[in-house]
Amino acid sequence: MDSRTHTRYVERAMWPIGRGDRKFWIVVVVLSAMVAAGFYAYIYQLQRGLWVTGLNQKVSWGFYIINCVFFIGISYGGAMTSAILRLTNAKWRAPLTRLAEATAVAALLVGAVYPIIDLGRPDRALHLLLYPQVGSPIVWDLVAVSTYLVASFVFLYLPLIPDLAMCRDTLGPSAGRVRRTIYRVLALGWRGEPRQERSLARGIGIMAVLIIPLAVSVHSVLAWLFAVTARGGWHSTIFAPLFVLAAMLSGVAAVILVVAALRKVYGLQEFITAKHFRYLSYLLIALGVGYLYFMVSEYLTEAYVLERSTTPVLEAIFEGVYAPAFWVFTVGGLVLPLVVAALPGRFAIARACTGSALIIGGMWLKRFLIVVPGMAEPVMPWDWGRYAPTWVEVTITIGSAAAIPLLLIVFFRFFPAMSVHEMEEVEGAELRRTRMVPAFAGGGDE
Amino acid sequence: MTGRLSRREMLGVLGGIGTGALAAGFAPIAFPEADAAEPGPKRQWAQGNEYNMPRPCFQCENAPCLRVCPVAATFQTGEGVVLVDQDRCIGCRMCMAACPYGARYFNYNEPPGHQHPFQHPTPEHPVPQQKGTVGKCMFCVHRTEDGKLPACVDACGMGALYIGDLVEDVATNGQQTVRLSQFIRENDAFRYKEELGTGPRVYYIAGHGQLWES
Repeated sequence: MDSRTHTRYVERAMWPIGRGDRKFWIVVVVLSAMVAAGFYAYIYQLQRGLWVTGLNQKVSWGFYIINCVFFIGISYGGAMTSAILRLTNAKWRAPLTRLAEATAVAALLVGAVYPIIDLGRPDRALHLLLYPQVGSPIVWDLVAVSTYLVASFVFLYLPLIPDLAMCRDTLGPSAGRVRRTIYRVLALGWRGEPRQERSLARGIGIMAVLIIPLAVSVHSVLAWLFAVTARGGWHSTIFAPLFVLAAMLSGVAAVILVVAALRKVYGLQEFITAKHFRYLSYLLIALGVGYLYFMVSEYLTEAYVLERSTTPVLEAIFEGVYAPAFWVFTVGGLVLPLVVAALPGRFAIARACTGSALIIGGMWLKRFLIVVPGMAEPVMPWDWGRYAPTWVEVTITIGSAAAIPLLLIVFFRFFPAMSVHEMEEVEGAELRRTRMVPAFAGGGDE
Repeated sequence: MTGRLSRREMLGVLGGIGTGALAAGFAPIAFPEADAAEPGPKRQWAQGNEYNMPRPCFQCENAPCLRVCPVAATFQTGEGVVLVDQDRCIGCRMCMAACPYGARYFNYNEPPGHQHPFQHPTPEHPVPQQKGTVGKCMFCVHRTEDGKLPACVDACGMGALYIGDLVEDVATNGQQTVRLSQFIRENDAFRYKEELGTGPRVYYIAGHGQLWES
């Protein structure tokens, strides 16, 4: 990368900061309106109680639990993508890590709210801290998610420090006094000294290693929420790894979509190229094939034995009420997108995005297929439960989904969209050629 | 009975035609504290094709609902009845997911009951229940502590329901008193989903000459 490209890179990374043209405001207003509608629906539910939802005595977990698992899963994938790319020292990661880490935080903030939305008595949420019973999976969730929340904030913040210092130093009076003060405080007196560089590199390295077990633990306890019950569709030993893989899969897909969208909006085409999408697609395919394998393993073992408690769920999923959702997910949301993303040839970006969008939809459906049939299955010899969400649940779901892009655009209005410091570091490493880089991680392909 | 001894034991006697009396119409009477408009417990109480299968809480000795509660709102009394502390429950419904009998319900609406100005529900006397919390059959502890029979036993005109005491080995339906262990043995009583190992303390007696598909 010559000095001209370098200047361009810094310019593009800083470009969204302080931008406020009409398009930007239109997007912000539209997204805010959707979020506001979600808030309205929640207040409506708060005033009246959970009966305004489609939940009932048999199916007492629905959209909220699905969304909780779904959004936390997306968050996990964002953090994981960044951590994997850092640990494998992938040179091509520089323009992507910030986007992935910010996606992780935004999705987690949304997902972590859902358990509260789902409570019958949210006014008593504090009881979880006052009278925790350590044996309950919900307490495990609370511990795991809050730890992970802090960790993902740190994971986003650490690599941001040198860039904050750059903002502090390069943004003129146009940025305003308050914002410059914020940059100064958050930059923690970064001067780029070798000592600071060393500490930062060590900190990021530790976080990249730490975030993986943390994220695994979050998704495992989310799975155990279901797997520790005696219900036929849920009581499965493979649930924890299945959830972890599902989370990574949907998360990588979300990162691909976020990167593709912001690349267009912020004009990053020069730095984020088809190569990046091809590599991310490799990650997506590897995870997708792994997920398919886990899923086959789960269903095969259960469908072969056909225990009394699992049979009704399997029947409903394979050929009953939930069969359309299941086959749409399996074919359209898992196999087809993997094929689309894996095909060689042109349109790598378009194919990666199509595949990702399908996978995200498919993974939401899959969470639906885990939660609802498992709940609706009759535990006593009587009828199946029914569940159809009301406008309240749908509105809250749409509002929360809109909150993720909103959080991202607002965040990137104040902070650089691509990591400048990391790019310099990676470039430096390339010049020195001190390390062997695995081919997967971008070694030998330029 | 092994392990921890429970004080109370409920017997549901399931006959063919005779116990049809235990149908939907009776449930609201049997559950004065349950919402007559609440579809959950009432409807489930009456369902089943060939049998009317009353489904009280099974008051499991090794209750799964107990362990999963994040705030320890569910507890077991010394007599073995599983209760929900209405002032502590946060309404997460984890216990409803964990119960293998679907015996719990959620108070989506304001549960009916006398909102007595001086009487607030206590953990061991959770009447009336509160909106937004989970409720369950509690063998009518608020009645039995006064020496009365549970509402369902009292209301069953056919005397098909028995309540008893495992330690004192006695059970009654309000009309006759039987020796519990002998009654269970002679009538081939069984426990539903006993194989789960939760130690349910409700026994069913199947009808005569009819197949029972458990």
